[in-house]
Amino acid sequence: MVKLTINGQKVQAEEGITILEAAQDNNIYIPTLCHHEEVTSYGACRLCLVEVTKNGRERLVASCLYEVAEGLKVTTDSERIATNRKMLMELLLARCPNNKAVQDLAHKLGVEKTSFKLDDNDCMLCALCVRVCQEVVGVSAISLVNRGVDRAIATPYFEASNVCIGCGSCAYVCPVDAIKFEEVGDTRHIYWPNNDMEFKLKKCQKCGRYFAPQVQLDYIIKKAGLAPDAFDNCLDCRD
Amino acid sequence: MAKQSNNRLSSPQELEALRESIIKSRDPSQTCIVICGGTGCLALGAQEVITNFQREIEKGGLEKKLALRITGCPGFCERGPLVVIKPENILYQQVKGEDVVEIVSETVKGKIVDRLLYIDPDTGRKITYEHEVPFYKKQKRLLLGDNSNIDPTDIRDYLALGGYAALGKALSNMSPEGIIAEVKKAGLRGRGGGGFPTATKWETCRNAEGDTRYIICNCDEGDPGAFMDRSLMEGNPHSALEGMVIGAYAIGGHQGYIYVRNEYPLAVKNAQIAIEQAEKLGLLGKNILGSRFDFNVKISRGGGAFVCGESTALMASLEGKVGEPRAKYVHTSEKGLWEQPTNLNNVETWANVPLIIKNGADWYGKIGSQGSKGTKIFSLVGKINNTGLIEVPMGVALKDIIYGIGGGIPDGKKFKAVQTGGPSGGCIPENLLNLPVDFDELDKAGSMMGSGGMIIMDENTCMVDIAKYFVNFLEGESCGKCLPCREGLKRMSQILTDITEGRGKEGDIELLERLSATLIDTSLCALGSTAPNPVLTTLRYFRDEYEAHIKDRRCPAGVCKELVTYSIDKEKCPGCGLCVKACPSEAITDMGKKKPVALDQEKCIKCGACYDVCKLGAVIRK
Repeated sequence: MVKLTINGQKVQAEEGITILEAAQDNNIYIPTLCHHEEVTSYGACRLCLVEVTKNGRERLVASCLYEVAEGLKVTTDSERIATNRKMLMELLLARCPNNKAVQDLAHKLGVEKTSFKLDDNDCMLCALCVRVCQEVVGVSAISLVNRGVDRAIATPYFEASNVCIGCGSCAYVCPVDAIKFEEVGDTRHIYWPNNDMEFKLKKCQKCGRYFAPQVQLDYIIKKAGLAPDAFDNCLDCRD
Repeated sequence: MAKQSNNRLSSPQELEALRESIIKSRDPSQTCIVICGGTGCLALGAQEVITNFQREIEKGGLEKKLALRITGCPGFCERGPLVVIKPENILYQQVKGEDVVEIVSETVKGKIVDRLLYIDPDTGRKITYEHEVPFYKKQKRLLLGDNSNIDPTDIRDYLALGGYAALGKALSNMSPEGIIAEVKKAGLRGRGGGGFPTATKWETCRNAEGDTRYIICNCDEGDPGAFMDRSLMEGNPHSALEGMVIGAYAIGGHQGYIYVRNEYPLAVKNAQIAIEQAEKLGLLGKNILGSRFDFNVKISRGGGAFVCGESTALMASLEGKVGEPRAKYVHTSEKGLWEQPTNLNNVETWANVPLIIKNGADWYGKIGSQGSKGTKIFSLVGKINNTGLIEVPMGVALKDIIYGIGGGIPDGKKFKAVQTGGPSGGCIPENLLNLPVDFDELDKAGSMMGSGGMIIMDENTCMVDIAKYFVNFLEGESCGKCLPCREGLKRMSQILTDITEGRGKEGDIELLERLSATLIDTSLCALGSTAPNPVLTTLRYFRDEYEAHIKDRRCPAGVCKELVTYSIDKEKCPGCGLCVKACPSEAITDMGKKKPVALDQEKCIKCGACYDVCKLGAVIRK
């Protein structure tokens, strides 16, 4: 355990955890967008910036990546932090002016309008979907393509992916609802910002409802070494 | 190509014996024709010159009389293709294929081809010898000086000049800690951009916990107009390689990588040849010079992105991942390549190491300024008479570089600013021309040393337009991972474009400043955090130009087309028609003898050709 202070409050934290985790453990709010506890920290949105003072040196760091250390002094909300967060929010708001989640967070941080020209995106490139697809699902069906301002989330070459299992984790984890997910009849549709895919759903042999993409069930059976008929029935109808 | 010895050298003594035999086998008085085969001269037609020399020598059976050496870049690119006759050092400039017959016949007779000599623009006199040309005379070429004595594909040339003696000394007489102490005492700072003390980095890496330690040479030079590392790697690859082996021994690393831009094919090729030749002689590989120290070097070709020059992005790329930076809260010297302690320096830094070990820290410490020791290579480009590669002691005044070595501004134009430090550096104005060029002074001026690019701008340069150029470059090269860099540079570019196209509005300057502050404070890597430098320095030194664009809708330098109009002063125009001929868009009409010409605004593309040709001031630019 190491001792540190966050906003003057004395805090004990396990060695190796990040400032963000230590703050969350102590109910201290730090805004985040690209962070999710299930995947590796990425440090892309920069909203979680905090000021740390170590060896008399003060600097701004991304709290989702910076590890706690003995004697560390952390400030989560100074004027410098607030000014920077507001500017970051202005940039984000200009990118996604019509996105409800972005608007809400901007409002929470005291930003009602942006000084920049308005684009119209939903995706803010936090890459949570990409990280979940790689680290949690384990298929890496979508990735970040292109560089810089042209960066985008997509399957390779914007074509139908032969490894995507249609699980929809990407849509589930997206903090700004930029990936849409829809089921009509026997088909599931996933719409990423730049392309989309369809998946045939498996019908429960007992109750007859469509309950999951066939490819996803095949993937689970193979991965977990289950019997081929393990998912003949939906979760509700299984013994 | 060198004849390879199959015998690996097993001690520093054997190395010295080999060196002796190479030197003995050579006649120092033999005439040698040295041709620059660097990228600049090749682009200017050096290959034809080389081929013609080879043919002439063969045709005349002159092999014994005239040796031929194709070397890397000696620096005077402006006057290429360059040919130097050694041992006298007679410099022929702008040599063409058809000049070769005469050079060969005159050289054999011991005569000089007068018409190919360099003419000193100040005195109008011809200069015969390379070392008397002002461009070279005012430099201190510790690293580049050997370039014209070395065929980079022949290790024997490097050995004949004392190459790998520093390695022999390090392995036989010095402890790893002793080497680090020597480099520390010498005050060597990283030449790649940040100017971080090299020995401190080495020490951290040596002391870091890890199973293995990696050594990297960064040759991913991507700044527009920069070719320092390229020329070193092309022209004298062994100097960096020797530095790497010494560094590896000091740090305790056994595997090294040269990460080199794939857009530098000659550097890739020469580095590969150097590695192979050093391996064959036992200067690389297992049990180097019988010291039981092993070190291997592999070449990794760059992924083609500017950001891959950033250490963490470079390492990701080397690992086969996308070349994107990561936060450096744990330094790469502790956890770098494959999570192991990794020491990365650029080509020029590595090339300094043998000099320090060979000549000692005291010798090295006498060169340069208080806080920045040694020399620095700069690539001098832009509106400067002597475009090329130069090397000067740290602390030399900017004006000595620009006027003394660079020969000043072409066409009698006025100097306006110099951009140092590459795209993320800053623009330094005329009133700071006395600034000593070293790491700290450039920082104080709001710019930086960077890797050593120096772009000179004359009075016809619009500083807002320049800031826009660099921001656009960085916008295109931002990896896009972090929000401030990706979105911030895009917005910065939009604002600057608006200003240069006459849509600037009040508050734009303040917005640029606020945006810059956030990029500096919050960007993930140095690309983003230094990206506002061109904007901030032009705002600091040329704020009035921004204001003229925004408030008066006027571009003082006459560059921004949307803000410039050309017209004819009817009082002054005698209708000579020079401008009519110069106009590429037929916008100017001859109205007859002694009548002023007419300019059609609809057709005018605002190129300024009429303005440049009119000697009477009859073309008005507003």
